[in-house]
Amino acid sequence: MLIIDALLQGLLIGLLFALVALGLTIIFGVMDIVNFAHGEFLMLGMYAVYWTNYFLNIDPLLALPVSAALGVILGLASYYLLISYLLRGPAIAQLFGTFGLMLFLQYLAMFLFSADYRMIERGFLVGKSISFGPFVFEATKLAAGVLSLISFAVVYYFLYKTKLGKALQATAINKEAATYMGIKTEKMNAIAWAIGGGTVGIAGGLLVNFYYAYPMVGILFVMIAFACVALGGFGSVKGVFFAGLLIGVLEMIFPVFGHLVGSDFLGPHFKFTVVYLAYFIIVVVRPQGLFGWKN
Amino acid sequence: MLKVNEIEVRLSGIPVIHNISLEVKKGELVTVVGSNGAGKSTLLKTIAGTLHPTKGTITFENREIHRLSTPDIVKLGITYIPEARLIFGPLTVEDNLELGAFIVDDKNEVKKNLDFVYQLFPRLKERRTQISGTLSGGEQQMLAIGRGLMSNPKLLMLDEPSLGLMPKLVDEMLDAVSKLRDMGKTILLVEQNVFESLQIADRGYVIQTGKTIKEGKGSELLASEEIKKAFLGL
Repeated sequence: MLIIDALLQGLLIGLLFALVALGLTIIFGVMDIVNFAHGEFLMLGMYAVYWTNYFLNIDPLLALPVSAALGVILGLASYYLLISYLLRGPAIAQLFGTFGLMLFLQYLAMFLFSADYRMIERGFLVGKSISFGPFVFEATKLAAGVLSLISFAVVYYFLYKTKLGKALQATAINKEAATYMGIKTEKMNAIAWAIGGGTVGIAGGLLVNFYYAYPMVGILFVMIAFACVALGGFGSVKGVFFAGLLIGVLEMIFPVFGHLVGSDFLGPHFKFTVVYLAYFIIVVVRPQGLFGWKN
Repeated sequence: MLKVNEIEVRLSGIPVIHNISLEVKKGELVTVVGSNGAGKSTLLKTIAGTLHPTKGTITFENREIHRLSTPDIVKLGITYIPEARLIFGPLTVEDNLELGAFIVDDKNEVKKNLDFVYQLFPRLKERRTQISGTLSGGEQQMLAIGRGLMSNPKLLMLDEPSLGLMPKLVDEMLDAVSKLRDMGKTILLVEQNVFESLQIADRGYVIQTGKTIKEGKGSELLASEEIKKAFLGL
């Protein structure tokens, strides 16, 4: 029973992990750029909902559009003001560029908001729980899982069913060939950053309902997101979804497993060891990831 | 329709095309032949806007186009059909074709062009839901050509449509190209198959190490001693 409960909790948090990693994999797929500042977009999304809730007394769920909009703006601003210039330089410049953006946003948040841990106290779902038979879910986590799934589905529909989404895929597959169809690479790059920022902004807005916001919070989640991207296959949207679920489940199941065998050694503090161990194993066995098609 | 005037093109500083001029008139099938490394693909990529000439001009319908980007040139009605390797392998046949019509907003027109392509290459219709990377070499080439036709361009530029195909398919592909000309399309064809492509062409240009060395009617070029010696091994 404990295992099934952990499985369900893991799937819920996994949906959120998948949403965090979605933007990372899209930006990588379209541009071959790793956005190290992705976690900071998440952090700022968390603050966006936190402060909207704090000052305007708006329910954190209704404040989600604020974090989504902030994410889109951050994505577009990063692309047009920084990345589009870095593209002219060597690949290493892009690596250091987004890394620099990460540090800049972290310390900016430190300066603006201080290092305090902040948690949402007022909200329709905060502190409530919902039970299905023997299984009890925190309402905020249930909402985060469901809304992550919906956001993911919307992006999936855009990518695979709309003309613009297919053009984005075409650019990811082969930029040069896409230009021969009349598809402008810069426009597709900007769309990738807008989606990347928007989805991780929403993820931040959902996360802050049950997790502290602080300037360095991004790193924890972005590391999980990197694992999801690599595990799912760089640039694969389907892959990142299942990798997110897998990592969520591993993270939740492992401590329960430790508890059942009565071992302190297998306690929750080692849960990420297992997550990354799984990542290393899959990367060794299948370097292109679970669903990867990019070399 | 298309005029290339004395262009020079450099790839990382080194001139690949020294001095090439050519003209394509409306409704013509013009072929550019030459051996490997003569600058044929570079020429087409320069017209398509992927590369830009360091000297000379390119005009299309009396408009200078040599400084425009590829997507802008596509919008003017010039479509470049690259080698088949550049199809979108992970996508289905029909997705590839729909992407070929990216600049066409009118859905009825897209449907019309799709029907046209399926009529020209019925094999593509049979395989329309198949992942295009799993098609055979000949089918991938048909897809590359079909995708280029989806925007109903004024000028179609084909880069070695017979590359890597077995002889029977080479004939089939070049038949399709001459059929397109008979339907009134304007075509600029680049080929290594000197003999076959000059046979179907209205006019031809022979280029060698980045220079035009001979031009004339397809039949005249085929009959010239130089061409026979240089390419046909006669």
